[in-house]
Amino acid sequence: MLHRLKRGLYRHRWLLMRRIVQISILLAFIVAIPGYGKIADGNLSSSLWFEQLKLTDPFILLQSFFAGSPIALPALMGAILVGGFYAFLAGRLYCSWVCPINLLTDLAYWLRKRLNIKGNMNLSRHLRLWILALSLVLSFLGGTLAWEIVNPITRFQRELIWFSLSGAMLLGALFLFDLFVSRRAWCGHLCPVGAFYGILGRYGRLKVTSTPTESCDTSRCSRCVAVCPEPHVLAPVVSKQALSVTSSDCTRCGACLDECSEGVLSMKIDLVGMANRKADD
Amino acid sequence: MAENQRDTNHQLDDPGKRETFRHLFKRFGVVLVGTIIGQSMILSRPARAAEALRPPGALPDLDFDSSCIRCGLCVEDCPYDILKLASWADPAPQGTPYFVAREEPCRMCTDIPCAKACPTGALDRHMTDIKKADMGVAVLVDHETCLNYKGLTCSICWRVCPIRDEAITIEPIQTEAGKLMIPTVHSDICTGCGTCEKHCVLSEAAIRVLPRELGLGLSGRNAVGRS
Repeated sequence: MLHRLKRGLYRHRWLLMRRIVQISILLAFIVAIPGYGKIADGNLSSSLWFEQLKLTDPFILLQSFFAGSPIALPALMGAILVGGFYAFLAGRLYCSWVCPINLLTDLAYWLRKRLNIKGNMNLSRHLRLWILALSLVLSFLGGTLAWEIVNPITRFQRELIWFSLSGAMLLGALFLFDLFVSRRAWCGHLCPVGAFYGILGRYGRLKVTSTPTESCDTSRCSRCVAVCPEPHVLAPVVSKQALSVTSSDCTRCGACLDECSEGVLSMKIDLVGMANRKADD
Repeated sequence: MAENQRDTNHQLDDPGKRETFRHLFKRFGVVLVGTIIGQSMILSRPARAAEALRPPGALPDLDFDSSCIRCGLCVEDCPYDILKLASWADPAPQGTPYFVAREEPCRMCTDIPCAKACPTGALDRHMTDIKKADMGVAVLVDHETCLNYKGLTCSICWRVCPIRDEAITIEPIQTEAGKLMIPTVHSDICTGCGTCEKHCVLSEAAIRVLPRELGLGLSGRNAVGRS
């Protein structure tokens, strides 16, 4: 019994870690510890951690810049910290480890599978890049933070933290769209925040790396691809043309690592691009 | 000649080229439609209502809209929980901080924690003197219901004013009915905190804080001209 539980936990280790990080970050903004207060103030657009560390979302600051505002020093420092972190490791870590909307869209996807909903509207994965460009152009033309009129991430936090429900309709619509209309539509196709972080962390060093073994037979098993929220990123690895995932779309969610029972995949910080060089040989 | 004809036909039928054009037009269409819809959304969104006042040290409206990143740090640092972040149905652009004086006025903290918390320049974090704040200006808008105009000495607005006897003074006016004691706002000193509006005894306040451009006139070059 205990053995099975341990096995179950192990089979979902990345998912569990991810949920713990995601929910901790969310709770840090909400729960006030008696005698100390909240760990983080503000929301994901700009926040103050432990009453010391100021963090700012670089994409929102970029919109502000495009809208014609001069950039103030505290916000710039915060954005450099955040941007530097994601640029070094991997941009879309934000999507799977931080963004609260991921909880919602993952739930929609899980339900979709459970309810066996087949219908799927095909959207281009490039659509998010166009929406990203559009939100910057509109910020410039409109003199306001265009994406922040829509942005469900900060809206989710604002509505949840201030306990008002008037904006929750957008979140509901997004959930239903992901559930019934298009598979992984929001995070995988539409969200410009993910697109921005993808570009930012294009050369991130944290990579899903494979060390192929005899037992890994990709012609028969490609379960890692089946669970991946951005399946195309694993294609070069599965076809054994590369030893690590280099696509900027990879969110480093670890779903493939959880799924692989052969232990072929691992998450590695690759400082010198070793994996690339080996793949080139 | 015939060969030429075939060449042009061949060019037009080049499936690669046709595909490229199709993609190009599709994308151009998406961008065009997106820009039109987005721009009209931005332009038609409700502006800040007159009763929604900005925290102290706020930039003028349009600049505030581009500088404020809607993080809510000012709201969380307000010790009296007066500030709110606008939601969809609220009278200010979404996500921006505001307060309504009639509900809760600004308490004019001397250390100005809200402005200090601002990571961008939307609120002036270097502001040191709360009395220099400009959230609006109090205007005695209704002379018909104001009790002092009726000959009573209510003067509650004058009594609660945090810059007492400077921002609002009581000035005697001689009328046919006798001497009236009229609360008079001095716009150069009033910060627009809204304490007077909050405490006005009427069911709808006779004195209200308005954005300066709404609440004040502006003399032209020769004091009577329009420009």
